[in-house]
Amino acid sequence: MATDPALLTEGSPRGGALRSVSRFSWRRPGLKTFGQISAPVAAFVFVYVAALVALLIKGFWTTDSFTGKVVRSWNLDNFRTIADAPYPTIVLRTLGIAAAVTVTCMVLAFPYAYFLVRVASPRLRLVLLVATVLPLWVSYLVRVYSWRLILNPDGALNWVLNGLGLPDLNIAYTNWAMWLVFTYIWFPFMVLPVYAALERIPYSYVEASADLGGRGLTTLRRVILPLAIPGLAAGSIFTFSLTLGDYIAPSLVGGPGSSLIGTVVFDNLGLANNAPFAAAFATVPLAIMAVYLVLMKRLGAFESL
Amino acid sequence: MKRIRFVHVALAAIVVALAVPAAGVSKAGALPTSVGKGEGKLTLVAWEGYTEKQWVAPFEKQTGCKVQAKYAGSSNDMFNLMTSGGGSQYDMVSASGDASLRLIYAGAVAEVNVNLIPSYKDFYKAFQSPSNNTVDGKHYGISLQFGPNVLMYNTEAFPKKPTSWGAIYDPKNKGKITIPDNPIQIADAALYLSKTKPALGITDPYELTKAQLAAVVSLLKQQRPLVKKYWGLASDQIDLFKNGGSTIGASWPYQVNTLKAAKVPVASVSPKEGVTGWLDTWMLSSKAKHPNCAYKWMQYITQPKPQAQQAVYFGETPVNKKACKIMDQLAKGSCAQYSANAPESYYRSIKFWKTPIADCGNGKKNCMDLRAWTTAWTQIKG
Repeated sequence: MATDPALLTEGSPRGGALRSVSRFSWRRPGLKTFGQISAPVAAFVFVYVAALVALLIKGFWTTDSFTGKVVRSWNLDNFRTIADAPYPTIVLRTLGIAAAVTVTCMVLAFPYAYFLVRVASPRLRLVLLVATVLPLWVSYLVRVYSWRLILNPDGALNWVLNGLGLPDLNIAYTNWAMWLVFTYIWFPFMVLPVYAALERIPYSYVEASADLGGRGLTTLRRVILPLAIPGLAAGSIFTFSLTLGDYIAPSLVGGPGSSLIGTVVFDNLGLANNAPFAAAFATVPLAIMAVYLVLMKRLGAFESL
Repeated sequence: MKRIRFVHVALAAIVVALAVPAAGVSKAGALPTSVGKGEGKLTLVAWEGYTEKQWVAPFEKQTGCKVQAKYAGSSNDMFNLMTSGGGSQYDMVSASGDASLRLIYAGAVAEVNVNLIPSYKDFYKAFQSPSNNTVDGKHYGISLQFGPNVLMYNTEAFPKKPTSWGAIYDPKNKGKITIPDNPIQIADAALYLSKTKPALGITDPYELTKAQLAAVVSLLKQQRPLVKKYWGLASDQIDLFKNGGSTIGASWPYQVNTLKAAKVPVASVSPKEGVTGWLDTWMLSSKAKHPNCAYKWMQYITQPKPQAQQAVYFGETPVNKKACKIMDQLAKGSCAQYSANAPESYYRSIKFWKTPIADCGNGKKNCMDLRAWTTAWTQIKG
């Protein structure tokens, strides 16, 4: 059959630059991929990685303590200072509170999410899900300040306790208050991934477990919980890392002896004008999170995000 | 080489271009001897509440200098705003005593000819050449307003007026004490120790040797378990006195007056050991683009009326002694309330904030600097 030259170009009537690019990229798939992802990769490298690298580099510099100017002489002094008192205590305290908040959120979120997935009617589920994320629509500061009102000696907490004939509980401006406030603030970040993980478990698994003689608790322990672990791990990444970096809650609801990593970074940036030390200290949560993420990846956290 | 030279030439050209509108205030190192025509604009770094319309609007009308203010959140913020980006972005800053010396030594602010400011002679003597804005007889700016750091207490919890700072170090008051969350607070403890432990040899609470600072830190560490809260914002302390269970603490007249207005039974006292205080200074950037407007601002803001307006609005004390009468016109009794008519000796007795520096005038350069103070403060708070 004779080839009609007009037919060959049918469907691609235009030649020109665009077409030659298209032809070129079709022949070299590697370059095509590169072209497609180069913009986001560049944004990632320049905006995100570069900022972190700049931070790291700054940690190796010092400031002239009087004029406050950064002196660009390389040394490890800032990193050595991290090992001096009181910084190790502060790091351990931060880790302790982050861990406590994460565990509390898990313990509260699991039954709640389970209730949402398995028990609640679709309408109730929707209402409760909205109620869970509703606090996120309110400013962080408002939420923290409202806890101050609750925890104050004359606040709602003691009013309720006294009404029940119980003695006062004075936990305002203590680490207990921080633990409570963090748990409250990060709770939605735990519920949502756990909810997503639980929702993915087909009901047939539960039936299969029952068929094999598994009672309620056994099914929960051996079927549901293992399948929910990725969700719990994903949620814990949020609760853990957010607690690790926060400095507002400690300053608003914490008391004496409530400095966290974030407080030290903020004090060094905002009061002492010692940005290099703040940068060096900021690598501590970075390192902690790197280790934590590796652990959580093993638990399958990233499949549930 | 050629290119570098070109850059220099271009820079010089820019500097000249910037300086031309500033003719009248000569910038060749010498102090201006007269104030020329305004440049039509004035950029300020200020504390919130320092550039209120009620006294800025008349200034703009009189001089044609349009005021653009940026509020700073902390002394350090001010320092950074005035030094970053070459410091030419802002003409003036209302620096507090804990930043002013740093600004001077960093070369960020210029000497000011106080002879061009008529109200200067009406200042209380203590504020004409205070050591936090005057170095070697050179004035780096013009004093503005000040406030003492007082001991505030709940009159129901303390029927007998406390007379010593010892009350905030007393275990009897455990859980009732509120202290500002600021490294400069170390000076308050140093002042207390200078009177109660003369053996330490503290003469100036801002000039502490290593051993003296260690003694102060150990006192403050003993204080920590007694402290209810290190407050960051004045409103935090107000909350704590209203319903947070705090009955005594280091405070400012602002909190005392706010709480009194809210019918909370509080009073304040200047303890027998003396008090520290803060003094704000309008400082002129060494690279100010609108120096004439800046001088006009210094002339204006030190006049009795704006001084009184700002004092009443913010709850602080003017440095111009003629402001007292106008304060009473604006708010009855406010002059006495803020001690704007106190004897000169009172102002002299206040130890005003200044940046702790290593070279503290004893010739040995062995004083602890602000960095050491901040580290110490982190240790104290735990």
